[in-house]
Amino acid sequence: MNERIVIQGLTKTYKKNEALKDVDLTIPAGAIVGLLGPNGSGKTTLLKILTGLIRSYKGTVSIDGRPVGEETKKMISYLPDEPYFADWMRVKDALGIFQDMYEDFDKARCMDMISRFRIAEKARVRTLSKGTKEKFQLALVLSRRAPIVILDEPIGGVDPAAREVILDTILENYTKDQTLLIATHLIAELERIFDVAIFIREGRILLNKDVESLRMETGRSVDELFRERFRYE
Amino acid sequence: MKFEANIPIYLQIIEEIKRRIIIGEYKPGGKLPPVRELALSFGVNPNTVQRAFGELERDGLVYSERTSGRFIADDPEKIRGLREAVLVRKTDAFLEDMSRYGYDEKSVLAYINSRKKV
Repeated sequence: MNERIVIQGLTKTYKKNEALKDVDLTIPAGAIVGLLGPNGSGKTTLLKILTGLIRSYKGTVSIDGRPVGEETKKMISYLPDEPYFADWMRVKDALGIFQDMYEDFDKARCMDMISRFRIAEKARVRTLSKGTKEKFQLALVLSRRAPIVILDEPIGGVDPAAREVILDTILENYTKDQTLLIATHLIAELERIFDVAIFIREGRILLNKDVESLRMETGRSVDELFRERFRYE
Repeated sequence: MKFEANIPIYLQIIEEIKRRIIIGEYKPGGKLPPVRELALSFGVNPNTVQRAFGELERDGLVYSERTSGRFIADDPEKIRGLREAVLVRKTDAFLEDMSRYGYDEKSVLAYINSRKKV
């Protein structure tokens, strides 16, 4: 697999708090990658650096050989861990925004998902339940034909039944050469779709490995390994 | 299909495909479903199914034609062998397990025979 994201010596400090400490990390193209760590481990900071939302840091971060910046921004479809639509908007307004903003947005595909999730186009974002809001944002993000898709806690706020639907939707939309990076602490639910697991703790990378080899070598699930490594937190 | 999370998933997919071949759901010489379709039905990553197919090809149980897809080997002998191997492996494992409870083969067999008469 070729390298798509290459990170070298990445350090990010907030005031006195070091969120990322000298991180070296390579993420391949054509893989589904789980970024796994407890709250406050640096997952979201790392993702925000990749998406270009955080621009002050030490070290180098490149995507397909280019330093992160305006050019690489277009390559990434990003689902943040917090809602990003104003409450007064209707579903169709948000759709319009995505269509205007992103050339790679496939509206037909999005409409298909939205109807499958039983979300009405006329509904105001405010009236959607937490889970439905998450599904809606996921539909938007997955409808972009971007080479890199980053999902920050995509199933955090939904019930187990809806998780299955979301997982299926993620898989259906995944294409062969895409890099799909998913940050989550719900490992048991998601690990069957990962190619690679990255463990992150206190801003450092503990592990970056093919999950099948991990299972083969340890006889354990990714979830079990994670619980062992992070027991004392 | 449910997978054990502590065993490589591609190995479990190989088992499942072999099972489908053994029971004739996938016929000798017949076409296999595409990677994507199987991945979705298993709820796993397409790369994982791809890896399972790769192994099955190396074992000569599956072959791919560049343009038309993947097929089951048209080799009834091989498939019979597969079927027997399952019988041996699963039965041995079962007997091994029973021996841990103090049952030898004879008493297990006696039970199986008595069961048939019921």
